[in-house]
Amino acid sequence: MSLPEPLAEDIRAAMDSFGGARPAMLESLRLIQHAEGWVSDARLAEVAELLGVTPAELDNLATFYSMIFRRPVGETVILLCDGASCWLNGADAVRDAVMARLGIGFGETTGDGKYTLINCACLGGCDHAPAAAVGRDRRLVGPLAPEDLAPLLEAAP
Amino acid sequence: MSETPMTGRARPDRTPHSLAEWRAEAGYEAVERALKLTPAQVLDRVDQANLNGRGGAGFPAAQKWKFMADPAEAPGTGPNYLIVNGDEMEPGAFKDRFLLEALPHQVIEGAIITAYATHATVAYVLIRDEYRPGIAAMKRAIAEAEAAGLLGRDILGSGFSLTMKVKPSAGRYIVGEETALIESLEGKRAVPRKRPPFPAQSGLFGRPTTVNNVETISLVPHILANGPQWFRALSRTEEGGTKLYAVSGRVNKPGLIEAPMGTTARELIERSGGLSGNGKLRCFQPGGGASGFLEEAELDLPLDFGHCKTAGSMFGTGTMIVLDQTACPIGVLARHQRFYARESCGWCTPCRDGLPWVARILDALEEGTAEPGDLEILRMTAAEAGPRGRSFCDLMGGAMAPLATGLARFGDLFEAHLDGGCPIRRGVL
Repeated sequence: MSLPEPLAEDIRAAMDSFGGARPAMLESLRLIQHAEGWVSDARLAEVAELLGVTPAELDNLATFYSMIFRRPVGETVILLCDGASCWLNGADAVRDAVMARLGIGFGETTGDGKYTLINCACLGGCDHAPAAAVGRDRRLVGPLAPEDLAPLLEAAP
Repeated sequence: MSETPMTGRARPDRTPHSLAEWRAEAGYEAVERALKLTPAQVLDRVDQANLNGRGGAGFPAAQKWKFMADPAEAPGTGPNYLIVNGDEMEPGAFKDRFLLEALPHQVIEGAIITAYATHATVAYVLIRDEYRPGIAAMKRAIAEAEAAGLLGRDILGSGFSLTMKVKPSAGRYIVGEETALIESLEGKRAVPRKRPPFPAQSGLFGRPTTVNNVETISLVPHILANGPQWFRALSRTEEGGTKLYAVSGRVNKPGLIEAPMGTTARELIERSGGLSGNGKLRCFQPGGGASGFLEEAELDLPLDFGHCKTAGSMFGTGTMIVLDQTACPIGVLARHQRFYARESCGWCTPCRDGLPWVARILDALEEGTAEPGDLEILRMTAAEAGPRGRSFCDLMGGAMAPLATGLARFGDLFEAHLDGGCPIRRGVL
């Protein structure tokens, strides 16, 4: 499967807007991930070709920026804050409950491919501590309690 | 003229204003005023207002702007750049999220005025990827302003032109460091640059560049609208303006409070519904994760850059983290150091190797597996790796500030952790 034309168009627009191929690399990876959830080896190579850079240079960038995923993720990505303000408001109990319910740890995806759990700080949600960002639109949720998790996970896109 | 000029027009649900709604609330009047002055006059007003940068370092905004050469006089070709830094990720900070989401036209106004004063004709707003509502609000507001001739060529017939773009980021705290941010915009790994040269001499694509925090930019229009004397009078100290304080941790109603610069922690905690937990203060960090601990005795300290520094801490982002007596500062430090270790770009050895070491020791203290010699390692690292100049940027130094003050202020509590783990959690203290 080659790069879908709408994505290629967006990447070319990013090159125009941000000053050429290199300044558009991170945005290109982000665009791919927004469309497909993660950046596969095949897509990385296609984007590199479109931009006129080497796959190695693009991967060098992809592996630095923590929110570019180079492995498949679940339909719903949960970024759970492990910062101090959330910890002070009970984040450990929420973390334990999420892990128990999903049966996964940080950096892992459930066997059915529905959820990926990632620790992340700070989410800028300390006024909603303990907080998480859920789903493709990174919706901020909180304050979370262990008993809120069932409805939250079921409602997640 | 409001006592909360920066946030007074924001809506409780954070719905941003359309351009028409913003103009109905005196929006863009400051821009009209500024563009009738010369860039040097605009810079003078901001200078007289004593506006200190709100991103963490507190460097006077006008001083930073003064280093910006006229693009015609800088070697090479290309524009001057303005970068609005919205890569907010400091533990405890959630103020820029609000300003981007709820008040995007205020950010544009500030960017136009700042760009005008610094001869910049291209402005980037870099926003962390998780702030989707902020990214959307800024993009929409920029499109509206462009359509109305408030951005683009010959703004309001002044002859001044400015192109403004939103660039979402993709994680990594270090992107918020201004030279790392410039590297990131150029399409590189966000590794800080050695200074000099400073960004004003050689910044984005080698051109003169100013990097200002979202909050700094959001304050600029008010200086032009109401004058530098008024702006200074908003503050209780020598440092001008109001501050968008944030209070989180062990308080009943964590949130944002716009208040005069120099407001005390006592007042901010009261306005945040008072302490939660057992209601008795143990300590607080006045300016986010990288600021040194303060205690009861500093509750009436006017919180600004100067006073926090004198007290042995740092005002940083002005976003407080509060601990009551049932909260352990060593546990807080452990979370902070794990975060800084994870977010180090890896370039400088003290930071890349020192921070994970410190984080492991703090975890061991909490779990009760630490050994007496470990405290010596913490002291040594704070003393040897903390000072400025041991690494390219201030990440390591910033991370060591709460550790050093924690060791100095809570030495007994560190020792008590050697005897089976956190004594607060075990209920023996």
